[in-house]
Amino acid sequence: MDNALSINHLSYTYHSINGETNALEDVSFFVKQGEFISLVGPSGCGKSTLLNMIAGLLPVQQGEILIQEQPLRKSQKTIGYMLQKDHLLGFRTIYKNILLGPEIQKKCNTQVKEKADALLKKYGLYQFKDSYPKELSGGMRQRAALIRTLMIAPDILLLDEPFSALDYQTRLNVSDDICKIIKEEKITAILVTHDLSEAISVSDRILVLSKRPATIKATLPITFSIPTNSPREARTREEFKDYFHLLWKEVEDENENTN
Amino acid sequence: MKTQISKTSSPPISMQQQIFLKKQRKKHHQIRFLQIGLLFFLILGWEIAADTDAIQAFIFSSPSRIINCFFVMLKEYALLHHMWITVLETLLSFLLVSLISIFLAIILWWFPTCSKVLEPYFVVLNSLPKSALAPILIVWLGNNMKTIIIAAISVAIFGSILSTLSAFVSVEGEKLKLIKTLGGNKWDCLRLVVIPSCIPAILNILKVNIGLCLVGVVIGEFLAAKSGLGYLIIYGSQVFKLDFVMLSIFLLCLLAMILYFSLQGVEKHFKGHF
Repeated sequence: MDNALSINHLSYTYHSINGETNALEDVSFFVKQGEFISLVGPSGCGKSTLLNMIAGLLPVQQGEILIQEQPLRKSQKTIGYMLQKDHLLGFRTIYKNILLGPEIQKKCNTQVKEKADALLKKYGLYQFKDSYPKELSGGMRQRAALIRTLMIAPDILLLDEPFSALDYQTRLNVSDDICKIIKEEKITAILVTHDLSEAISVSDRILVLSKRPATIKATLPITFSIPTNSPREARTREEFKDYFHLLWKEVEDENENTN
Repeated sequence: MKTQISKTSSPPISMQQQIFLKKQRKKHHQIRFLQIGLLFFLILGWEIAADTDAIQAFIFSSPSRIINCFFVMLKEYALLHHMWITVLETLLSFLLVSLISIFLAIILWWFPTCSKVLEPYFVVLNSLPKSALAPILIVWLGNNMKTIIIAAISVAIFGSILSTLSAFVSVEGEKLKLIKTLGGNKWDCLRLVVIPSCIPAILNILKVNIGLCLVGVVIGEFLAAKSGLGYLIIYGSQVFKLDFVMLSIFLLCLLAMILYFSLQGVEKHFKGHF
């Protein structure tokens, strides 16, 4: 089967007046169709750079990014991107916010509107359709942001610490919520996070990145004896704390090398 | 919708809350009362001082003389015409300033290099006292309404462009990134995020502009006019009719207030979700 995404020998350098910074160096990995991958690593190591490149916001300098074996520029595949904050536009209703993608792509037909209604109903936001973002709780806003991303029918979903702006309890609930939705819709997803337990609870595989310039340092496949779609459920499993120790060791090694 | 429903079904207000609200309302009334009282006191004091010759009514005028003057000028000097001219010039220049500055701010936002090149020019022109330009404008454009409108535009426009541009560039970069991740281009960023999220800022800039345009119109009328309240002020001071001058100043105050509050009305209409 084709990989949903392959990254081959990718490097990236930022240039500024004060000099150049190697953000990525020879990064290679792949993501299978429907797989949920997490990237963890020290802060500022270039994880967001990697996502920005996959999203096509930064040019590929060296190496290649293949989407279903097609180069990124040529592929017709859609890539969804969820940012740290929900960035719902305050002057638009939830419904209008969700239709932002189709509106930009000039595909705002009845079929799309029906899809929007269906997603809003399915994920419990239909009654807030005509509300403005400030009237919603943080968790509901993040859910609305996800629906906005789902509206463009992404083949690959990138998540850049999408829960980090929320308080801890909301964060657990929202990550449970959102990850269930992503798994239900069978979307290939790449999550960047600092939170090791979050990574373990949601992923099929975790990639540990080294400090800058980032390379893939270790890969940790996560398999629970009884599979689950719920991150909250996963946290209660016996294997969870073994994975946590393993991952902790990997990340800790990296930090020691830094010091 | 949801919040409205929860508001109507909320439990009755507690005793303490009622007392608090009553206090607030009382405070509010008190301030209004004192504001109006102060105005009344000033006018009364002025009138008494003039009537008892504590100040020279010929130089300082007095409220009763101003009121008399108002009726005399209505009949004999076409006061309404002068007011209308000033209002017309102010509104025209305000409209032009607003359109030109929003248009130019969009151009400068679109071409950052262009904005960097022009920035020092705008900063210098903005800090230049624009009344210094008025004599040149008369020579260039002649003694007519065009000169006055250009003078008014010159007073407001540079500040307006700079403030509008700075509102545009202060829009969160992440929001623009969002538009790009949804497949949008620069035009989408502009129409979907930058302009709508800058509407409150633009309305504030417009409020400043209307005041500045009035200043510019009066400066223009001082130098190059045959009508308008600015012309009346100059005329009045030259023929030593201070009642004329005072009345015109009072009418300008009134005009400024009306223009400002009508814009505030527009702003209230727009507000809600920003």
